[in-house]
Amino acid sequence: MENMVELRSVSKRFGNFAAVENVDLHIRAGEFLTLLGPSGCGKTTMLRMISGFEIPTEGVVMLAGNDVTHLPPYRRDVNQVFQSYALFPHLSVAQNIAFGLKMKRMGAADQQSRVQRAVEMVSLAGMESRMPHQLSGGQKQRVALARALVCEPRVLLLDEPLAALDAKLRHAMQIELKRLQSRLGITFLFVTHDQEEALVMSDRIAVVNKGKIEQIGGVSDIYHRPATRFVADFIGQANVLEAPIRSDGGSSRFLDFGEFKLAINDAQFGTQGSVMICVRPEKIRLSSRPTQGNNSFEATVREEIFRGATDQLHLETPGGTELTAVVANESSSEESFHKGDRVFCQIHADDIVVLQAGRADGNAGR
Amino acid sequence: MLSPLVGWLALFVIAPTLILLICSFFENAGMGEIDYRFTLQNFARIFQGEHLRFYQRPYIHVFIRSIEYAGATTILCALIGYPVAYFIGRCDEKWRGNLLMLVMIPFMTSFLIRTYAWFTILDKDGLLNSMLEALHIIPNIIKQPIELLYTPAAVMIALVYMYLPFMILPIYGSVEKLDRTLLEAASDLGAGPVRTFFRVTLPLTWPGISAGILMTFVPAIAMFAVTRIMSGGHIRLIGDEIQEQFEQAGDLPFGSALGMALLALFVVIYLITNRKSAAARPLM
Repeated sequence: MENMVELRSVSKRFGNFAAVENVDLHIRAGEFLTLLGPSGCGKTTMLRMISGFEIPTEGVVMLAGNDVTHLPPYRRDVNQVFQSYALFPHLSVAQNIAFGLKMKRMGAADQQSRVQRAVEMVSLAGMESRMPHQLSGGQKQRVALARALVCEPRVLLLDEPLAALDAKLRHAMQIELKRLQSRLGITFLFVTHDQEEALVMSDRIAVVNKGKIEQIGGVSDIYHRPATRFVADFIGQANVLEAPIRSDGGSSRFLDFGEFKLAINDAQFGTQGSVMICVRPEKIRLSSRPTQGNNSFEATVREEIFRGATDQLHLETPGGTELTAVVANESSSEESFHKGDRVFCQIHADDIVVLQAGRADGNAGR
Repeated sequence: MLSPLVGWLALFVIAPTLILLICSFFENAGMGEIDYRFTLQNFARIFQGEHLRFYQRPYIHVFIRSIEYAGATTILCALIGYPVAYFIGRCDEKWRGNLLMLVMIPFMTSFLIRTYAWFTILDKDGLLNSMLEALHIIPNIIKQPIELLYTPAAVMIALVYMYLPFMILPIYGSVEKLDRTLLEAASDLGAGPVRTFFRVTLPLTWPGISAGILMTFVPAIAMFAVTRIMSGGHIRLIGDEIQEQFEQAGDLPFGSALGMALLALFVVIYLITNRKSAAARPLM
């Protein structure tokens, strides 16, 4: 697939502070890619180097095969939806949406029909003559979206556009944005610190930490096979455990927790030192009866947190290892667990992910 | 809460204005005395062929001349003041206070002193000409020392200097409030710096410009003394005429009528600028 955007060895420094450090990023044509990371991690700076508001200290920005590194924003075929929407307060909804077309010196009739289509696309028909201050947050959001999309950019850049909306509206907009993107086929680059939002909307996620991309991959890959402790912690919930690695003499490896052993499928590790693993809470199978086979151990329920559809259980093994498990909350099930219960846990070897030392967070792990 | 304020306004604004208004309908008895008989003669005199010492023209021409000078002052103040205000409003926050202070410092001295200070600059042997000579611009590029003092140019320099801060301050206020991301949004949507300025920056800072126009134009029309000093007495605006009626001619009713005519002019200007700023629209 063709790369719509490429960052090649891009760095951006503000004084002594490196906001982005030697990043390579390829965004494929037509995909929905999310830059996900905590605030101040450099994701917005990456976006702004693509929109043209920041010029990289080093490296090259490519857009549709052309070097745009030093091109000003108004000469780039990308459009941005701003976090604060940045609607022009002196222009009506229709005038706001027509702004980009006017700048392209498009004919008045063309402008009008395209504005009309854009207004309908974001369900704002009838509001064309309203002024921005007469709109709700969700409506402003739609105008900002229409204003950017009406220009038919090669890439739409979205800088935390949903952050200011309330939870319900945000969820609705997530689905709507995703639908819009697949219908229009425009490449979307979305920036957010909300991991759930990233999982719901993206085709691929690039997890950003301290100016670097920790991991980039499909949504399911990022969730099920986090590469580093940072990714495992940042996305969803994770049990991160560390133990010495051992061999049973053959090719298989296991982690020795003393009181129990966990076999891992990853055979690329030697028998030296210790490794760090990640187990998602829902992958810990619980039973009230002793379980057979590998990777089984017992624990006590220390805390039970009701979360609606699921129950979150805090477990502690006799040896003092703490784990979090999540189980479906079925009232009729005989397999329900409460505080103080003794439970038997089993983790399938496939569900154990061995983590690399974080690229940015030092040598946690080995 | 309201009544003390109303009392204040009544005492210091409404009452003097009413006194002038009533006075303007009486006849002049000469020597600062008023003959309490109703007449419209004072207003008729403004428009009719009553000639002045310097122009041999009706008083209405003094009004027109005042509007011309005030208008030119306002336009020059806007052209010079906008970039200054924009620069201050856009620079680092920690510098803004100091820069605004620099704009205001001259106003801590009397305007007469500031006006006479221009003499030492614009005089034939003044600072301006000696600087040009030191730089060998005189006589290499310009043949003779520039004689600015006592010319309309000197009057304009003094007026612009006098009113520039009244233009800078309100524009600064609206530039400071201008959301930077709006300029980024314009750029993102394909507007270069020039079109961003005319389509976004200018319309959004128009309230400041409009306030600046009002705060410059209105007092500039009524300005007195400065014009007379800088022109050596041969350029007289309406403020000078009013002052003369009260202080030299002793014709209080006619002075009052001139004052009332000026007030009417202010009201018209106010209505015009007010309507314009309410309908602030992009200019391009």
